[in-house]
Amino acid sequence: MWKKLSSKYKYSLILLRELVRTEFKIKYQDSLLGYIWSVLKPLFMFAILYAVFVQVLKVGANIEHWPVALLAGVVMWQFFTDVTSGALKSIVTNGNLLRKIKFPRYIIVVSNTVSAFITLAINSIVVLAFALFSGVELTWGVLMIIPLLIQLFMFALGTALFLSAVYVKFRDVQYIWDILLQALFYGSAIIFPVSLIANVAVFGDTLVKIALSNPVSQVIQDVRHFAISPEVPSLWTIGQGNLWLYGIPIFITITMFIVGIVYFKKRSPYFAEDV
Amino acid sequence: MNQEYALRIKGVKKTFILPHEKEDSIKLHFISRFAGRKRHGNTKYHALKGVNLDIKKGEFIGILGRNGAGKSTLLKTIARIYQPSEGSIEVHGKLVPFIELGVGFNPNLSGRDNVYLNGAMLGFSTKEIDALYDDIVSFAELEAFMDQKLKNYSSGMQVRLAFSLAIRADADILLLDEVLAVGDAAFQQKCYDYFDSLKDSDKTIILVSHSVNVIRKYCDRAVLIEDGKVAYDGTAAETVERYLDLFDSNRKKKKKDEKPAEQIDKEVIITDVKTVCTADKLTITVELQSQDDRENLKLAFRVLNAANRVVAGINTQSVLNPVLIDLKAKQTTRVRLTMPNILGNGTFSVDVRVGPVVYTGTIHDKVSGVAEFVNEKEEVYYPVALPAKVDVKVK
Repeated sequence: MWKKLSSKYKYSLILLRELVRTEFKIKYQDSLLGYIWSVLKPLFMFAILYAVFVQVLKVGANIEHWPVALLAGVVMWQFFTDVTSGALKSIVTNGNLLRKIKFPRYIIVVSNTVSAFITLAINSIVVLAFALFSGVELTWGVLMIIPLLIQLFMFALGTALFLSAVYVKFRDVQYIWDILLQALFYGSAIIFPVSLIANVAVFGDTLVKIALSNPVSQVIQDVRHFAISPEVPSLWTIGQGNLWLYGIPIFITITMFIVGIVYFKKRSPYFAEDV
Repeated sequence: MNQEYALRIKGVKKTFILPHEKEDSIKLHFISRFAGRKRHGNTKYHALKGVNLDIKKGEFIGILGRNGAGKSTLLKTIARIYQPSEGSIEVHGKLVPFIELGVGFNPNLSGRDNVYLNGAMLGFSTKEIDALYDDIVSFAELEAFMDQKLKNYSSGMQVRLAFSLAIRADADILLLDEVLAVGDAAFQQKCYDYFDSLKDSDKTIILVSHSVNVIRKYCDRAVLIEDGKVAYDGTAAETVERYLDLFDSNRKKKKKDEKPAEQIDKEVIITDVKTVCTADKLTITVELQSQDDRENLKLAFRVLNAANRVVAGINTQSVLNPVLIDLKAKQTTRVRLTMPNILGNGTFSVDVRVGPVVYTGTIHDKVSGVAEFVNEKEEVYYPVALPAKVDVKVK
């Protein structure tokens, strides 16, 4: 029994490793700069956002190390969109493979998530260099990044599994998800400080709580709060240590992770005939 | 846990639901919704209608059937790529996970990278492939091409690489779907040698092929799938006969006409048939045995092409030196026919019958489609090149 179980996962791990490697090889094939693009992409996005929002609109000018916080947010957001948008169509685009070979279907989505996570790790080094250059003080709070990134990974993977399985039957998901991502991007206070939401005249405080209850923004704000500047409010400081409030994004993360796995597992035996 | 069966397929049905109009896009989706068209029109397609099949360990079983009969669906259901709608499949032993060669090959990767990728799909770690790499490449005869991208390979080269990888698969049950369709003669020979080695191993092999000669040569048993069901299950030779009947209504009619007439009593048996084919000579050697002394026997030969059509024939009464064959009880008698090789290019096999010189409706024994040989005469396209002479004269 044990031997059977370990040999089953041995196969998955071998395959996962090879697929991640292939994805990286293919991704930047025939491009001159190669891997550098995975760093350049968020950097350019950062440069544009920085020019427009920080320099022109003067957003976040009163917050210490705001550009670093902006870059960190952009990099994490990039990870989340890479994972979910990439995974969304992955089952369908690999249809030919699914119809010809029996292997654990989740490997496709997991390999996509792992590749994006590796890119995130590379980008984190860039953020770190940028942070040190801008004079951000390194504190023990940096260690909080580890559990937070694990949480982000779980949420992204759960969402990716769910979306990719739904997409097989219902192609509208890609449009719905595009719109949702836009809403989430602006709703997560990535390019502007949370204080701007709080300034909304009606229900400002409630809006902040709602905005920060989604796991992506909670993680991003927490990383900013712990690693970059304690001035950036997190859900914890806003809720004044309310465990129930802080529990919402954690609950959503775990629920999404489980729902994603369960739904994917339920649908995956039929992928080969449905795609 | 020593199970007698490798596979037990019980009442397996597979139904596909085919929507009339696939509404993958949101536009179509909305149009049909607002136009008030009925959206849920779909057709049920029954690809498998209750297949029962027990396959013993170590069996080499062939699956025959027309296009669309359900062969591939059956294979995919066995491989668990499809889930059976009804019924169950018990698998005892490790099943190879793929049903087609070169699945997962990436055209944008080099041959080397593809070996590792495809190897991973077969369950080999990088280290394990490192150890096997040289063997794989040399078997595929692609040493000089491994750093080229796969998209620059010819289809034959791709198949060679895929086959070379696939045979490393460490599995007890192999599923092979039309694997020998491509590749040149030399590589096909390699594949046949591999099949021979499989026959002696205790692996269970399920082979789907349209090549009746391959089925006949390697399979102990074959099943004919027709309309989603097992239409016939028997020895390879019997099943091949049924399969060929499907295509040839003439053949069926002919058989119906002659079947009641021709009885086989097995009083003389054909123990061996061999063919030797050189560029200019063809020799057919037959060995006969009988329990008692026999006199005045006749042998009849038919040469069949790869599609199992008769292209030529002769019997021991119509040869240049007609002879009557006598047999001594319990001794082997050898009869050899020698003739100029006037056959064209291709693969041939022979039918041999033995019977009394005066045909009365009963023959002693018959074998069909045996002693396959390849005649390499690329300049001759016809099944038989008539030994003619040409003479041109202005009148």
